[in-house]
Amino acid sequence: MEAPLTRNIRPNEMPPDLKAYEKSGGYQALRKALGTMTPMEVQKEVVDSQLRGRGGAGFLTGLKWSFVPMGTESRRPKYLIVNADEMEPGTFKDRLLIEGDPHQLIEGLILSAYAIQAEIAYIFLRWAYKTAGRRLQTAIEEAQAANYLGRNILGSGYCLDVSLHTSAGRYMCGEETGLLNALEGRRAVPRAKPPYPQVCGLWGKPTVVNNVETLCNVPHIVERGATWFQRLGAGKDSGTKLFGASGRVKRPGLWELPMGTPIRDILEEYAGGMQNGYRFRGLIPGGASTDFLLETHLDTKMDFEAVTAVGSRLGTGTMIILDNRTCPVGMVANLLTFFARESCGWCTPCRDNLPWAAQTLAAIETGRGTDEDLEILAFQCRMMAPGRTFCALAPGAAEPLQSALKYFREDFQRHIDQRRCPWRQP
Amino acid sequence: MTTIYIDNRPYEVAEGQNLLRACLSLGFNLPYFCWHPAMHSVGACRQCAVKQFKDENDTKGRIVMACMTPASEGTRISIDDPEAKAFRAGVIELLMVNHPHDCPVCDEGGECHLQDMTLMTGHTYRRYRFAKRTHRNQDLGPFVTHEMNRCIACYRCVRFYRDYAGGRDFDVFQWHNNVYFGRQSDGVLENEFSGNLVEVCPTGVFTDKTLARHYARKWDLQTAPSICVHCSVGCNTIPGERYGKLRRIRNRYNREVNGYFLCDRGRYGYEFVNGPQRIRRAMFCYQPETAAEPFGRLAAIERARVLLEPCQHVLGIGSPRASLEANFALWTLVGPDNFYRGVSAKECRLTDTAIDMMRSSDMPAPSLHDVERSDAVLVLGEDLTNTAPMLALAVRHSTLQREIDLTEKLHIHWWDDAAIRVALQQRRGPLFVATPAETKLDDVATHIYHGVPDDLVRFAQAIAEALTAPIRRPEGMSPDLTALVEKVAETLYLAQRPVIVSGVGCGSEELIRAAANIAKALGSAGRRPGLAFAFPECNSVGLGLLGGGSLEEACRVATTDRAAAVVVLENNLFRRVPEPQLRSLVDRSRHLIAIDHEENETTDFAEIVFPSASFAESDGTLVNYEGRAQRFFRVLVGAEETQESWRWIWELLPKEQQAAHAWESFDGIQADLAQTMPAFAPILQTSPRAVVRIVGQKIARQHARFSGRTAIHTDQDVRETPPPVDRDSPLTFSMEGYQRMVPLSIAPRQWAPGWNSPQALPRFQEELRSLQELDYRGQTLIARLPSEESGYFASLPPAFERRPDEWLLISLYHIFGAEELSVLAPAIAQLTPPPYLALHPDDADELGLDQDDEVEVKIGGQTLRLASRWNLSLARGVAGISVGLPGVPPLELPVWAGLKRVVSA
Repeated sequence: MEAPLTRNIRPNEMPPDLKAYEKSGGYQALRKALGTMTPMEVQKEVVDSQLRGRGGAGFLTGLKWSFVPMGTESRRPKYLIVNADEMEPGTFKDRLLIEGDPHQLIEGLILSAYAIQAEIAYIFLRWAYKTAGRRLQTAIEEAQAANYLGRNILGSGYCLDVSLHTSAGRYMCGEETGLLNALEGRRAVPRAKPPYPQVCGLWGKPTVVNNVETLCNVPHIVERGATWFQRLGAGKDSGTKLFGASGRVKRPGLWELPMGTPIRDILEEYAGGMQNGYRFRGLIPGGASTDFLLETHLDTKMDFEAVTAVGSRLGTGTMIILDNRTCPVGMVANLLTFFARESCGWCTPCRDNLPWAAQTLAAIETGRGTDEDLEILAFQCRMMAPGRTFCALAPGAAEPLQSALKYFREDFQRHIDQRRCPWRQP
Repeated sequence: MTTIYIDNRPYEVAEGQNLLRACLSLGFNLPYFCWHPAMHSVGACRQCAVKQFKDENDTKGRIVMACMTPASEGTRISIDDPEAKAFRAGVIELLMVNHPHDCPVCDEGGECHLQDMTLMTGHTYRRYRFAKRTHRNQDLGPFVTHEMNRCIACYRCVRFYRDYAGGRDFDVFQWHNNVYFGRQSDGVLENEFSGNLVEVCPTGVFTDKTLARHYARKWDLQTAPSICVHCSVGCNTIPGERYGKLRRIRNRYNREVNGYFLCDRGRYGYEFVNGPQRIRRAMFCYQPETAAEPFGRLAAIERARVLLEPCQHVLGIGSPRASLEANFALWTLVGPDNFYRGVSAKECRLTDTAIDMMRSSDMPAPSLHDVERSDAVLVLGEDLTNTAPMLALAVRHSTLQREIDLTEKLHIHWWDDAAIRVALQQRRGPLFVATPAETKLDDVATHIYHGVPDDLVRFAQAIAEALTAPIRRPEGMSPDLTALVEKVAETLYLAQRPVIVSGVGCGSEELIRAAANIAKALGSAGRRPGLAFAFPECNSVGLGLLGGGSLEEACRVATTDRAAAVVVLENNLFRRVPEPQLRSLVDRSRHLIAIDHEENETTDFAEIVFPSASFAESDGTLVNYEGRAQRFFRVLVGAEETQESWRWIWELLPKEQQAAHAWESFDGIQADLAQTMPAFAPILQTSPRAVVRIVGQKIARQHARFSGRTAIHTDQDVRETPPPVDRDSPLTFSMEGYQRMVPLSIAPRQWAPGWNSPQALPRFQEELRSLQELDYRGQTLIARLPSEESGYFASLPPAFERRPDEWLLISLYHIFGAEELSVLAPAIAQLTPPPYLALHPDDADELGLDQDDEVEVKIGGQTLRLASRWNLSLARGVAGISVGLPGVPPLELPVWAGLKRVVSA
């Protein structure tokens, strides 16, 4: 089984430096693209590969690029932004990719910037990723020294400047447009779309924001072709994906597997099944902002369409597993507390709803719930439905809540009836 | 226009318009918070949700925010859809989670948009049972009270203060449901438009602090349409009165003039009306050097008539702060030859020149609305923020105009405010500010030039020359300045709607003429430039059109010809010309009759004083900087013997003249004025005649909910007294009268059923066409003369050169303190700086002056002692004096004078 993204990654070892990366075939894709391909050809390869964004939304990367105005008419400079603000609870895939093979990201970044003819790139890094930051900075300097970055890259005439920007540390900064505002030094509130960033993004100029994992795929697509990439997938989606599992499994971790690998395979084969004494109750498949799935869904393939079909989202593909000895109400209360804190305060259904929902869940969890609370929670989910809020934060926060109300309703009721959490000692 | 369907019925709306504005304009009740008609959409509050359907077969639909959705052909939405209604009620429930239930003690109550919207959505019961979040409030200075716990986070305040008005000391802080709107720490709000927060805020976070000191419920206020008297812009206002006291000023929408906003001088200057210095009774001074005493109204009139009758001629001194009608009455009393304008010869010349320039311009003077829409502005010499603040706000707004035009290419709707600001970033359209010292507009200016008035003239002449005016190009200009001249000329030439704004503030007629040269040169090149001048006072233009000699001429006549009596109308002469010059006029041997509402040095000198009415107690017409005549209406009945100046003057007319001048009512004197001076005939179109009735009724000054009518005077008399009769207008001092919507020019309030707050305004806008047809817009009195090709002004003053022992003194203006009436308001007085003389720090060093050291100035026989201040924007060899502030005598600037440090003993 091929694992192009993690081929150079050795856990607990230093990442390959420039020499080692080049030795493993690194920067060959870049040489190929700059030497023999036009930007539009690079775009076409990525369009053909059917690569979908790995940040969670699964938008076709090539399609996203195609909205960028090209040619001499376009307003300049154009920007490529790497979204490395990995703040989704339970998600740590981008961290592995940056820490383990920073040059892979940089090569993907240069190729993608070339494809949209961006002159300036920013890597927007999560505040807490100190090691990743150091390794990236070293890699950027190495790449600059080797003329993979800067003026007239490899004699092609193409120029690109890359800067590493460390976030101040807010979940909202990971939202595409919130990130742009944060990068401009403004409050990280989202922007209304349209206009889309591809037309009017950073400092009002054409901008593409891509996730770390998405960009890491690009060198391999350029080097080995779209068809090869499509064949990597086991389901409808192409390529491989970093899947993760956390919770009471035997071997929590992160694995590069074909897109469309069934949940059961990941859970049992790679994560080793549940720890002794713990039974599986459910999971959220892709970070905190996705709906719960149950045992009946375990044969679902982990690709964008299949997970959506069973009522959740692939998201970041890093699962959080709920076991029988953990209170689902407590888990949801914990998640909602996080989302309430991270709301930017811009739109009403998020700003004023989430804290109320978190308070209500905390009340139920601590035995102060009432029957009416379940109605209120249902009302709150309705208020946060997609399209009713300004950005995707609140709908994302509503997903674990609405699915928990659906799947674990009797647990909520027991909390209210018994006036305590059944999982806690009386 | 395009057809959209609202709940399956077709409506014609402007294409691309957002659906919220479209629905409101059509008269639908669709609740909203973050949208504002002047600041447009950002989609934050989610209150204006409607359901949108793809086509007539779509039964599911989806919820969209009306404010963020453009109207296009066939757009189908439902306001009444149950899901949309439930969502809107839900949003209110969420907004009310932390909102205190303090409506009964909240200053906003009864005029609160949140109250209105809560009722509109039907939310009644709070299910939230946890503790509310609380905030610490800030002291924001004398104008605005801060109560953050009431905040519903609509972001309008910060969008107004920072984005619209350019303020820097106010922002949104914090995160999630703890967002905080205020300053970094307690302190006076620095922006000159901070009072608008009171109206922009949909609830009671920002309330009027001056109103709170003498609070009355909003529905208990007696109101009438009025015009601001504190500068020459003529903003439309709605003053409110209760128990004979003026309680507050609120904005009155006029698309052409002030739109939705007022400056703080205009909003908070009103308290002079209640001040202790008000004259309420006719006074007579028995003996010189003693104070005048109340004399009885009839006795005073009799006395004055006896005084005036034997006089061969009586000198009449008019006033630029009195209405057209009051000045005309005086003009009638004394005759055209004896009427003087009551301002210095220099101000007369400046005003006349500016009016001449407006007359000979090809275009009418631009309204504030025109200035806002201009795509290139040149400010010449005027510190607009301090002399005509709302004009400055319009200029600030104009800098977005050209860029907004450009965003159309990006398919961004003009109302999509946040997207526009992202697209524009810091880019602003062309604004050139050329002034003697720094101004608050410098921060949005694309280019700034600081120079003494003569250098500004040279600069302006160079621009005119570059625009191919047949005049001499100034020599010896630096390459940088030459480049700037070329840039300004080119930008103005290429602009679609260029505007040149100057004024009398620099005291330079040449500058006014040079500004007109630029407009003329642009006009000759086939452009249509706007030319606006800021004038010193609310009726400077009206008085200028009326004509009459200067105050110095009056003094001269008084010296040579022993005219026995002088009648001074609403004017403190001691603010106009230096005291020594006034001696011949205020001679003790002469009878001085003053008609004024404020005690001042002039009324102190007067033998007889008649208590005139302030703007709030009278009807009248004021002519603003564009020459726009606007009517103001009486808000309250003047206390005691107070009445309009023109009524006093009528009573002083000889009997046979009284018969000839039928001034029983305001309509009478207006008709007389229009007949005597046909140039003023358009004023008859500024308001309806007093006999006008709407469905048989007068328009009620009091709200339908006005309380205490039968009990209000029971401390004096248990019988219910009939309301005072208003012979002057179709308005009545009663709640019994027409209460529904009328055109805003005669509307005592902006109110619509269910809309009690200033947000009722969108219901009155031009989109409501039936009202527009009825409206009495202000009328321009400036008749245009055909432009003459030879009319260029060619003079070129020499370039400024420093003198070894003298400084060129120039005027520096202050929004707070430099105007005669508003400075009497305690809130304004609190922000009035002490008088000072500003110098470049290097000059100050040379004189051994530290900040606040006392410095002595000798000008024309007067010696002034002022505190010194540093001002880096002043050229070396130039000193600025804070003119108009209390303690600064009238000065004719610019002038050269020596400075000396005062060594304290």
